Amino acid sequence: MPIIEIQNLTKDYEVGFWRKRKVRALDGLSLDVERGQIFGFLGANGAGKTTTLKLLMRLIFPTGGSARILGHDISDVSMHAQIGYLPENPYFYDYLTAREFLNYCGELFGGNNIKARTQELLTRVNLDQRSWDRQLRKFSKGMLQRVGLAQALVNDPEIVFLDEPMSGLDPVGRREVRDLIASLRNEGKTVFMCSHILSDIEVLCDNVAILKGGRVAHAGSLNDLRARETSAIEVIATDADANALKGSLSIDADVTTTPSGIRIQVTDEREVDAAIAALRKVNGKLVSVQPVRQSLEELFM
Amino acid sequence: MSQLPSDATQQNQAKIPDPTSAASAIRDSNSFGKNLRRTLAIARNAFREAVRDRVLYNLVLFVLLLIGGSIFLGELSAGQESKIIVDLGLSAMLLFGAFIAIFVGVGLVYKEIERRTLYAILSKPISRGQFLLGKYLGLGLTLLINVAIMGVGVSLALIYIHRGWDPLVPKVWPAILLIYFELMILTGVALLFSSFSSPALSALMTFFIFIIGHFSGDLKSLANSSSSVAARALFRALYYLLPNLTHYSLITPTAHGTVPDASAVGLAAAYTIVYSSVLLAAATLILGRRNFK
Repeated sequence: MPIIEIQNLTKDYEVGFWRKRKVRALDGLSLDVERGQIFGFLGANGAGKTTTLKLLMRLIFPTGGSARILGHDISDVSMHAQIGYLPENPYFYDYLTAREFLNYCGELFGGNNIKARTQELLTRVNLDQRSWDRQLRKFSKGMLQRVGLAQALVNDPEIVFLDEPMSGLDPVGRREVRDLIASLRNEGKTVFMCSHILSDIEVLCDNVAILKGGRVAHAGSLNDLRARETSAIEVIATDADANALKGSLSIDADVTTTPSGIRIQVTDEREVDAAIAALRKVNGKLVSVQPVRQSLEELFM
Repeated sequence: MSQLPSDATQQNQAKIPDPTSAASAIRDSNSFGKNLRRTLAIARNAFREAVRDRVLYNLVLFVLLLIGGSIFLGELSAGQESKIIVDLGLSAMLLFGAFIAIFVGVGLVYKEIERRTLYAILSKPISRGQFLLGKYLGLGLTLLINVAIMGVGVSLALIYIHRGWDPLVPKVWPAILLIYFELMILTGVALLFSSFSSPALSALMTFFIFIIGHFSGDLKSLANSSSSVAARALFRALYYLLPNLTHYSLITPTAHGTVPDASAVGLAAAYTIVYSSVLLAAATLILGRRNFK
């Protein structure tokens, strides 16, 4: 059974004061996430990622559709005892210290042993121990992001929802957070993370969904998505004239001149033969033949 | 020292699957006791916020006022010192308290939405009603401490002026309790407005209700004496809708040594609880439907 089931989730926002117009932020989103995986939720700014997370967290209410987390309808707030959430650009009470804030979060779950847990987590997110008792108003964005991650883990949740977990972090910080997220998977937790930073998703996620204009444009395992898009092959050659080469080609292919030589882009293996034959005719030198891996970025657009 | 974090991390990772660990103790179960503790945690945090925002600094001003009053006004009216201290002290207590209830109250929810601190809180097993109740109780605690310290201040001022025990000292406390009840109603009103309106508008509306509430009796007589049916209906509706605060201000009678009887105080307490519950329920209904964009 999927641990997160989203069915036909739709959200319209009303804009304007007098004459209200509806803007559809999410358009019939359906999605299943299985237990124990890192699920990447990708999309450009404004694609509806944060809207989806806010709907799941019950911060906003859907116009249509439904969603279940851990078998509970999202309207059941008691289910929140088993999930964690890191909001986008987290803002916390700036009059509290990191330690006080995490203790407070622990109290909101009504548990015991809160102080020990706070210490565990601040250590785990690698927040410098000297900052533990400093007020959050003095924290940098990266430090706040760490506190945000720690508060999302206070209750040792089954599922962690992360909205842009890497934003505001320096390269070292990104690496640490990446390792932290990977370690959550090793503990059997499910991570649902939103991002528009593809490299993070490519390194971490098992499955992804790409959101465009409030709809899922692509979904599947990361490898499937990549395989589906490796449809082009490029042949690189030197010592030939691009125009002459183009004239002798028996197929319709894209020929461009690049600093490393002439690049012929063909769509499959059979066309590679034609390209090489044309290259022989004009006495060019073959440098390489390789498949073009379209990055996720191209799926994204 | 530098090795401490990594060592501790390894320990934690070993610890986490253990069902007896701190983490597992934190989640699970939704008993009444747990819900109460969660609400009280919110209340405690609201109190801490007020303290760190230096709300209680108003006490310094109050003490200065009281000292100034005892010295100057006492000299002006021979033999009336105690009466004037009570009058001045309790009036200042109501006014300062009303300022806190209004200005802190209207920000209680608004600030959390505006600064988006609410997002992380509502993703925990906290209902919106619970959140509001916690905030209300937190400001209630702030006001309680504020009023109690002011009450002690007034009592000490009376003892100082009287050069010994003043029989007015025990008599001021029922009036102080009533002032506190009134402030709690005001807090509820501010909280209700703050659940849907901007702080400036909320503060203005709450202030109007504070003023009108003190003239509740006049509303009733207006309703009875008005010739127009529409006006009569309007005044009657206002009379029943707005809080009746006239029973809470017994400052002048107290200064003259009159003590409200226990049943009046009990009735005022009951009215406070019922009226505040209605306000909180309305605020919960409104906040419960809001989308936090």
